[in-house]
Amino acid sequence: MKQKFNILTSTCVPLPLENVDTDQIIPARFLKATTREGFGENLFRDWRYRADGTPNPDFVLNNPTYGGQILVAGKNFGSGSSREHAAWAIADYGFRVVVSSFFADIHKNNELNNFVLPVVVSEPFLQELFDSIYANPKMEVEVDLPRQIITNKATGRSESFEINAYKKHCLMNGLDDIDFLVENKDKIEAWEKKQ
Amino acid sequence: MNTLFDKIWDAHVVQQINEGPTQLYIDRLYCHEVTSPQAFAGLRARGLKCFRPDHIYCMPDHNTPTHDQDKPIADPVSRAQVDTLAKNAADFGLTHFGMMNPKNGIIHVVGPERGLTLPGMTIVCGDSHTSTHGALGAVAFGIGTSEVEMVLASQCILQTHPKTMRITVDGRLGRGVTAKDLALYMMSKMTTSGATGYFVEYAGEAVRSLSMEGRLTLCNLSIEMGARGGMVAPDETTFAYIKGREYAPKGADWDKAVAYWRTLRSDDDAVFDKEVRFDAADIEPMITYGTNPGMGMGITGHIPTTDAMSEAEKVSFEKSMHYMGFRPGEQLLGKPVDYVFLGACTNGRIEDFRAFASLVKGRRKADHITAWLVPGSWMVDAQIREEGLDKVLGEAGFAIRQPGCSACLAMNDDKIPAGKYAVSTSNRNFEGRQGPGSRTLLASPLVAAAAAVTGVITDPRELL
Repeated sequence: MKQKFNILTSTCVPLPLENVDTDQIIPARFLKATTREGFGENLFRDWRYRADGTPNPDFVLNNPTYGGQILVAGKNFGSGSSREHAAWAIADYGFRVVVSSFFADIHKNNELNNFVLPVVVSEPFLQELFDSIYANPKMEVEVDLPRQIITNKATGRSESFEINAYKKHCLMNGLDDIDFLVENKDKIEAWEKKQ
Repeated sequence: MNTLFDKIWDAHVVQQINEGPTQLYIDRLYCHEVTSPQAFAGLRARGLKCFRPDHIYCMPDHNTPTHDQDKPIADPVSRAQVDTLAKNAADFGLTHFGMMNPKNGIIHVVGPERGLTLPGMTIVCGDSHTSTHGALGAVAFGIGTSEVEMVLASQCILQTHPKTMRITVDGRLGRGVTAKDLALYMMSKMTTSGATGYFVEYAGEAVRSLSMEGRLTLCNLSIEMGARGGMVAPDETTFAYIKGREYAPKGADWDKAVAYWRTLRSDDDAVFDKEVRFDAADIEPMITYGTNPGMGMGITGHIPTTDAMSEAEKVSFEKSMHYMGFRPGEQLLGKPVDYVFLGACTNGRIEDFRAFASLVKGRRKADHITAWLVPGSWMVDAQIREEGLDKVLGEAGFAIRQPGCSACLAMNDDKIPAGKYAVSTSNRNFEGRQGPGSRTLLASPLVAAAAAVTGVITDPRELL
């Protein structure tokens, strides 16, 4: 789970839909587990499989042309429910980066807390990325966390992306927030005493 | 010159991390059975205890059946999840309102009605509709399971300070227009991402004149515009609602609390990162036609056409129309529906049942309609019976089920079948939200009641 992140170069899976909500990423009926494992097999369940359980050949995850550790999605990715199961499903399936022009707040935090890097790019960069992937599904994207730069290797175009210094440090060193908070108990107790 | 949000946020800052998030103290953590088991498992794996067990309240609501709650849950996986919450609460010394406990219900209905949610608090829960509690003047927001674990372990959370937005609604809502319509109207104007990155304060005459139940509905839906949370400054409506509730302060503590709560308002010269204004007179009863809550319109309106849309928008819009079985440009009035759902943390409170009952009184449920009326809690259920609404509803052909989240997200047996249309008072019309293939039309309890008695989409103002 705590996988250190540095530089990732990979092919991409395109999902050019807007407002992909977390109910689509992982439907509610799959939220009944009490562990974090195994959600990847139901990632995008109702788009990926038909009602009779057979794979839907029209959905990108069932298309062998596309693959890789980077999911590229339309704007407002991860809206709706706060279910972290959505981030677990994305990570468990094997994605380490999600690229979009806009993320919903809670889902973005959930990705970061599971060492999946959400990369926000401009709308033109995103559209060009889709074009590049469709033109050549084998083309790669480089995500450089230390320099905070994403590069479309087909066109050579790069863009910088934002991440706060604390979270970047956590991702690069495999640390999570709970480690930090538990080490800061004296500060919490001091705050409580002042009330 | 501070906003209401910043007054509460600032009062809870434990420390500001250099070039990073804020460590914020949390007054209240609510836990339900779906988003907490992995957090408790994480605590066990790290050998940690709950840091402040008395700040934490647990109750199952998502999986609970809406009938026969006195018997074990038939679905073994649901039962295991509900039992896991009970065990975790016992192991870690937390308060737990289990199924059939008179205090049980949907967590966002129970918190306010028991006086657990109070003005000035910071409140979190592994549930995006935690924004509901902002109606009482609290900073309340939904979090993920890793964040639930943070709060269990330290009573703190790391959060980036959101931007602030004030939405002012001038004037008064018209006849048959409710808080739900106000929220659906805002979403239709702002889209599902229009408030992403912001914490919203609702203000203006139309908001001030809402009852507490109406404010809870309004704040509940903040997340559907993408907002981190939504809130209303506490006032006499708030204090009157809280006074005397089980966990609310009493005696001298009450007076002290109210004196503090009166300071919880945005200063006259407070500056928001964004200001938005709406006029209540522009709003009619609303209904959604698509597969996100921002795809809504006045009930007499027409679905938009794709003429003005970009290519990227068109792809998503056409997918949505195909799923719903609707055509761009058409009107929904008069379309037959199959199911009506009254309930959820959005509209499962006593006022919602009063509204629904007032419209169906003296009428009959349409024969082909399946109606699920699900109170938000046992307390709401008791109020329904006290007020005799159960008789009014019964005479009109409606039965009342047992409390829980129910068909809002269909984790229990209450699933809308594939292809069927449901007029639902819940909060999300996403594909498959109410069951695989279900088609949801979000609306107010009045619009739901009008559909239930006529069997078709109907403007409730014609029946009032």
